[in-house]
Amino acid sequence: MELLGLYNYFVFAVLLMIGLYCILARTNIIKSLIGLTIFQSAVFLLYISMDKIDGGTAPIIQEGVENQVFANPLPQVLILTAIVVGISTTALALAVTVRIKEAYGTIEEDKIQEMDREL
Amino acid sequence: MTLYDQLPALVVVVLLFTAPITYMLRLHGFPWFSATAAVVTSFLVACSLAATTITGETIIYEMGGWPAPYGIVLHIDALSALMAMLITGASSAALIFGFKSLADEVGEETAPAFFAAWLLCTAGLVGMVITGDAFNIFVFMEISSLSTYVLISAGPDRRALISTYRYIVMGTVGATFYLIGVGFLYMVTGTLNTADLAARVGQVEDIRLVLVAAGFVSVGLAIKAAIFPLHSWMPNAYTFAPNAVTVFIAAASTKVSLYVLMRVDYAIFQNSITNHDVQLTFFLVPLGVLALFAGSMLAIYEKNLKRLLAYSSVAQIGYIALGISMTSVAGLTGAIVHMFNHGLIKGGMFMAVACLALRYRTVNVANLAGAGKTMPWTMAAFVVGGLGLVGVPLTPGFISKWYLVLAALDEGWLGAMLVAVILISSLLAVIYVWKVIEVAYFAEPRANAVPVNGEAPLAMLIPTWIVVLTGIWIALDTSVTVGLASLAAKNLLGVAL
Repeated sequence: MELLGLYNYFVFAVLLMIGLYCILARTNIIKSLIGLTIFQSAVFLLYISMDKIDGGTAPIIQEGVENQVFANPLPQVLILTAIVVGISTTALALAVTVRIKEAYGTIEEDKIQEMDREL
Repeated sequence: MTLYDQLPALVVVVLLFTAPITYMLRLHGFPWFSATAAVVTSFLVACSLAATTITGETIIYEMGGWPAPYGIVLHIDALSALMAMLITGASSAALIFGFKSLADEVGEETAPAFFAAWLLCTAGLVGMVITGDAFNIFVFMEISSLSTYVLISAGPDRRALISTYRYIVMGTVGATFYLIGVGFLYMVTGTLNTADLAARVGQVEDIRLVLVAAGFVSVGLAIKAAIFPLHSWMPNAYTFAPNAVTVFIAAASTKVSLYVLMRVDYAIFQNSITNHDVQLTFFLVPLGVLALFAGSMLAIYEKNLKRLLAYSSVAQIGYIALGISMTSVAGLTGAIVHMFNHGLIKGGMFMAVACLALRYRTVNVANLAGAGKTMPWTMAAFVVGGLGLVGVPLTPGFISKWYLVLAALDEGWLGAMLVAVILISSLLAVIYVWKVIEVAYFAEPRANAVPVNGEAPLAMLIPTWIVVLTGIWIALDTSVTVGLASLAAKNLLGVAL
């Protein structure tokens, strides 16, 4: 039962490794960027999981409701920032990829390496 | 509330606010001017902060008036002030120096975006050193990284793009590791304020998660700091970036990650994890020693002058890592002084290389034959910088190596071996610096070589020599750098002042 309770954290670890493997194993730039995105998403899941409390709800104080358990809003705010950072990184990386395609005519890293070695 | 009380915030805010203005006002020459004005202002503010902190005072500035640990505070002590001075100083010097070379390499059309990115990069780096909040460090780290990617990809060669892409992947993985580590720390302590973290981590009973956090944070920062063998993104990024950008990032950016590594490991983990100093030594000493040898050897066999200096940076980061790994006031003082001095030395040398690149249109060592005669002042600056890398007395490199050797001598037999390693790697530095000097001064230019029209323009020479002479000056008068650094080292170790 305790193991099942850590379900989210297992998914976090698995996603993190899938992402890292994707980054390392793929030579196609777009594919390794997909890996990078999975890698970052795993961390979003970690932060979202840590704030969850059983029966916890959104932290809004209402009249007439007492003894309510609230989920911790701070990690949610933090991860909102990290999601924005992640999107900016992906956008920038894709923009660089477009320019790589324009300059080299390919987005396969090994081919690009060969073309650079010829210089 | 006077303006003086707001100085800690201004050092970042000036840069952040000027960035969009720089981007929007698309007048000829304006982007460079506004960026330089903002960065120089920020440098002056950083100097005044350093003047306050050298007395041993720590400035705590509550952002928006929210008290710690609920709000984000700026936490400026001797170490932060010294680093802020280095970053803004390097940024201003590189901008003033780069007036001509950036106009040459970055087109008029892209200039507004380029200089806005430059300002954001400086703001991010300064933010990382002055903030007192672990998550805020991540945010500033990403601000500086994202804009550094933009700066590097502005390089004229198409290989700049693929280097940028590799840096994006490595840099993002490093920053994400740091984020995971901070997440774990938050899980066990419930706080992000660094001072609060340091106090609460000590009370955690199950230390396992703290250990995992320490691992993630240290490895993530080691990637960002280009500690060998995690340096693979760095040589090409330095080589293909525009010359003035190389001056700036080589002087400042990796040092900031080393600063965070030092801060997190000493301020947060040192007092809470038993045997942390032993683990840190086992992590950093092998990497530092490997970096010294591998970086120097790669530099000796490198043909491209910019990449040669980048490999030399890998080796010099090894010295800093060694200094951090020795848990003593002398060792940390050496590491901190070396961060500052190496920034000055490498900044000056990359400036000289940029002058050479302007005239020779190449940075291949073999093509620089005769540079000693055609560009005597530029080459003289390069030689003085090279002597600094070797650690000859009267150069800034000597001061920091002196402290590192002193610290190593206190460490018993391991220290004696480290002294030997430091001396041998200094000799290796002689080889790669001499390789360049030999070609520039003693080799005859090839018959088909393009004639070079004389010395670099004064607008580039004067900043280069100002940086070189500042280096000599801080080697002779060590009161500011060593004063701040030993204060910082005592702060980090919690030794009474």
